[in-house]
Amino acid sequence: MSVDQATVRRIARLARLSLSEADVAPLQGELNAILKFVEALESVDVDGIEPMTSVMPMKLRLRADVVNDGENVAGVTKNAPQSEDGFFLVPKVVE
Amino acid sequence: MAKLDLNNLTLAGARDSLRARDYSAQELTEAHLEAMEKARALNAFIVETPEQARAMAKAADARLAKGEAGPLEGIPLGIKDLYCTQGVATTAGSHILEGFVPQYESTVSSQLWRDGAVMLGKLNLDEFAMGSSNETSHFGAVTSPWRRQGSNVALVPGGSSGGSAAAVAARLCLGATATDTGGSIRQPAAFTGTVGIKPTYGRCSRWGIVAFASSLDQAGPIARNVRDTAILLRSMAGFDPKDSTSVDRPVPDYEAALGSSIKGKTIGIPKEYRVDGMSPDIEALWQQGIAWLRAAGANIVDITLPHTAHALPAYYIVAPAEASSNLARYDGVRYGLREQGRDIVDMYEKTRAAGFGKEVRRRIMIGTYVLSAGYYDAYYLRAQKIRTLIKRDFEQAFAAGVDAILTPATPSAAFGIGEKSDADPIEMYLNDVFTVTVNMAGLPGLVVPAGLSAEGLPLGLQLIGRPFEEETLFTLAQVIEEAAPKVGLPEAWWG
Repeated sequence: MSVDQATVRRIARLARLSLSEADVAPLQGELNAILKFVEALESVDVDGIEPMTSVMPMKLRLRADVVNDGENVAGVTKNAPQSEDGFFLVPKVVE
Repeated sequence: MAKLDLNNLTLAGARDSLRARDYSAQELTEAHLEAMEKARALNAFIVETPEQARAMAKAADARLAKGEAGPLEGIPLGIKDLYCTQGVATTAGSHILEGFVPQYESTVSSQLWRDGAVMLGKLNLDEFAMGSSNETSHFGAVTSPWRRQGSNVALVPGGSSGGSAAAVAARLCLGATATDTGGSIRQPAAFTGTVGIKPTYGRCSRWGIVAFASSLDQAGPIARNVRDTAILLRSMAGFDPKDSTSVDRPVPDYEAALGSSIKGKTIGIPKEYRVDGMSPDIEALWQQGIAWLRAAGANIVDITLPHTAHALPAYYIVAPAEASSNLARYDGVRYGLREQGRDIVDMYEKTRAAGFGKEVRRRIMIGTYVLSAGYYDAYYLRAQKIRTLIKRDFEQAFAAGVDAILTPATPSAAFGIGEKSDADPIEMYLNDVFTVTVNMAGLPGLVVPAGLSAEGLPLGLQLIGRPFEEETLFTLAQVIEEAAPKVGLPEAWWG
């Protein structure tokens, strides 16, 4: 499989990466090189093989359903590019 | 009396001398701060923390005086800048996290401070640990302390833990933390003549370490010999309820395993690791390694790991897929860079395009593509099935009685900065051909220096073990370390 330029633009949109027109063709070439590299996997017989979900056999632990962290608004927002009164500020989302 | 050389110690030696009060933790730290400052040309550190180091060394001296020394009391270490350090900038080698100051400490680094270690600073790395040469760092490439014989061409230290490996080899610190997703501890260790171990998945907590590919990422140490590496892993490993994949089992005293007999151990030699284009130096080194282990009493058996060739392509589906998901959090809202946009989506897109470097953007794109509707089964699901097959290969070898597997660490010695073409990402990816299988199977893997290339550069061998049998790897690695001609350390040409 290989990607065309429209697909490159669509994937960039899905990944929330702005792409200049000049970037599209080189990126298409690089992505196709990687896709060609992984093509070999198509020949592997995976019939009846379970996909791996956990590399070490383990059962995910559940913790008690209690509040055990929090009350740290200043710490949480400390690194925000823009914040006010303990909230993160973003461009207007709802008109 | 000649001035005591405090920059040419082993970690174990420094630990013992500090306890004997031969010198103070503050003297040892000063010597390393000076070395770090003189070695700025290597660009191994992104952030230097001399004030913190002095305060920690002073506290270490107080504990040493009271006889309350921890296992790493007063030992100066470097921390890969993928580990969040409270109050100290953490960048992951990326512009998008520039200026980020964590409000918390990663579990692994907190255990090092608990045991008395001293932090010298944060070490350079490939951006978000994506690379095999440390050239993708936003803060510039790291120059290896090693050079080819009779040449002053700047070489890469490997990656992604390039700063860690370079700093350890250049004697700027006694050991360093690193992380390994596809070979990022072991390949730089091989390139710099140092020892590195990627422990079993779940052995070290991932909490507070910037995530790349969560099902593959593991923390581990790099140091100048096997014993020092074993000492560091004991402090770094352990159960952490804050990491849901952390394994709750006791941490052995890895150092105590050193020196055990390897008589009767069965070492597997996988024929699939003999790849086209492998340098004759590497092939010879591998044969030499086999001979050393045999001479020490190990049984050598040929084994087959038939799905080996599929590991690297499958990795380049699984790792980018997980990365595209993990890196979705960098959106200009909660931390790091923000670029202004005409609306919120435009803000996200501009921030991420400006904040991520080329290799990271490329991997996010591939990851997004293989997870997108219509392609998920063909790529991601198939890769996860192949991962099951790769792991099964190892399980069959272990079930047949193999205790550990010996392979080359890398297909070649270190290459020059800028030598690998940027337009063909695959050329760089091939560096990890021998290491990536271990991450795919979650197993422990250790790299130990074993010789020099024809050009005088270090070469390493890799030992792969059964899950949670890191002790066996340390024991075997020390046999190789003792049998091998001394690789040594590079001359300090940098200042």
